[in-house]
Amino acid sequence: MIALLTRDLRLAVRAGGGFGLGLAFFLIVSSLVPFGVGPEAEVLARIAPGILWVGALLACLLSLDRIFQLDFEDGSLDLLATAPIPMEGTVAVKALAHWITTGLPLVVAAPVFGALMNLPQPGYVWIFVTLLIGTPALSMIGAFGAALTVGLKRGGLLLSLLVLPLYIPTLIFGAEAATRGIEGFENTTPLLMLAAITLAAVALLPFAAAAALRINLR
Amino acid sequence: MPEMRRIKQRQDRYNSVWEWANPIKFMWFSGVALPWLVGLTVLLMGVGLVWGFFFTPEAVNFGSSVKIIYVHVPSAFMAISAWFMMLVASLIWLIRRHHVSALAAKAAAPVGTVMTIIALLTGAIWGEPMWGTYWAWDPRLTSFLILFLFYLGYMALWGAIENPDTAADLTSVLAVVGSVFAFLSRYAVNFWNQGLHQGATLSLDKEENIADTYWIPLVIAMVGFGAFFVTLVFVRTRTEIRKRRTHALEMRERMADA
Amino acid sequence: MLDLGKYAGAVISSWAATLGLLALVVVMTWLQSRKAKRELEAIEARRKARET
Repeated sequence: MIALLTRDLRLAVRAGGGFGLGLAFFLIVSSLVPFGVGPEAEVLARIAPGILWVGALLACLLSLDRIFQLDFEDGSLDLLATAPIPMEGTVAVKALAHWITTGLPLVVAAPVFGALMNLPQPGYVWIFVTLLIGTPALSMIGAFGAALTVGLKRGGLLLSLLVLPLYIPTLIFGAEAATRGIEGFENTTPLLMLAAITLAAVALLPFAAAAALRINLR
Repeated sequence: MPEMRRIKQRQDRYNSVWEWANPIKFMWFSGVALPWLVGLTVLLMGVGLVWGFFFTPEAVNFGSSVKIIYVHVPSAFMAISAWFMMLVASLIWLIRRHHVSALAAKAAAPVGTVMTIIALLTGAIWGEPMWGTYWAWDPRLTSFLILFLFYLGYMALWGAIENPDTAADLTSVLAVVGSVFAFLSRYAVNFWNQGLHQGATLSLDKEENIADTYWIPLVIAMVGFGAFFVTLVFVRTRTEIRKRRTHALEMRERMADA
Repeated sequence: MLDLGKYAGAVISSWAATLGLLALVVVMTWLQSRKAKRELEAIEARRKARET
């Protein structure tokens, strides 16, 4: 399984692997919002946590089809299906690779891009923490969506349509936790819910995703 | 020689949809039941809606707008029930492989979607005089918006996949996982709205003490909408079964000509 | 028509939208049903013809 992880990581980082694309997209979105909403510091500060969360979410979406598509097309997925690792393990590892190459950079970059939107001081910590807890859920939920659509030639748009509604609870609790933390309010509830969603997604969705992959590989 | 065997195997698979007892039994049963269902639907909806519209008084605070309850509540209730039925049908397909079940879920989706749209529209129209705005991110309305998105995704997935059995399997998995998230979203949205807005969450609450004068025609209308749903799903499932049979026969024709 | 007072617009439009959409889904369902039935009968007739 480690071998699979290193392989996927190396593939992602190579040229053409799409590494950094998500980050660039995140930066663009963060820069675009002030153009649309106006440069008023207070307005931006108020919406910054939410925008950062939405931007991170959309950036995650970009690289989701890579999780299985390439391996599906060249037959490696069939091989993985017959390998000694259970399919669920393969799914988990691939989702982990996606998180390391897409989610984690977003977590690190978010506070920096937050400065573009006048994120208040406490925001730097809270955005980092909430995204750190929440992005694994995004990768795992995304992997499920990718497993559903892996058999489709141009399933990118459909993938977004399927995955974005599934992202809503994570987004709500993540952005809420960040916003409340910044305003100095009690935010344990959304934080715990966010953690719960991540844990449940990581524990349970590999089974659903593996089932979808098996269906598509028939 | 091996090609001939493979072709025969594929033919047998396409035969199996129709040769199964299930679709045949369903076609027979639904054929008999449909006239009754249609009659029941017309009766219940007619009575419930006409009564609700013409023969109920104006309400305190709501005025005549309370009458919107007769289209908003039944459609909202059906929007949720339809999704629940799709969930159950999907589970039956995944576990017991009854083709009719999978097709029934597919058939129910458009009806459920229309119910959701009606719920959203009537909710928004009712909202304008009540809250002064066509849309408010009230937890209930927001949940219906999310449900609408789930319906769209489900139907889009059915449409995107060519192989009928693969489509049935994948959409069923989506329905199951989606249901969990839909339930979770309801809770999340409740939390989300209470947190940010101190404004009064409006109470279009069905559990409010509704006087009998309003309640009885409402129940009749709700059952009527339910009968409407069942009727349409029966018809649509028959259509799906016929389409599958046609598809299977076309495949066989093509094999025979090849 | 009874006097709906100031909410007349809301009530009428919501009911009209509802009935309209319900009618729409009924019509679509019926049309699709007819088409499927026709196509199935056509292909089964072709099949009968070929087998005889």
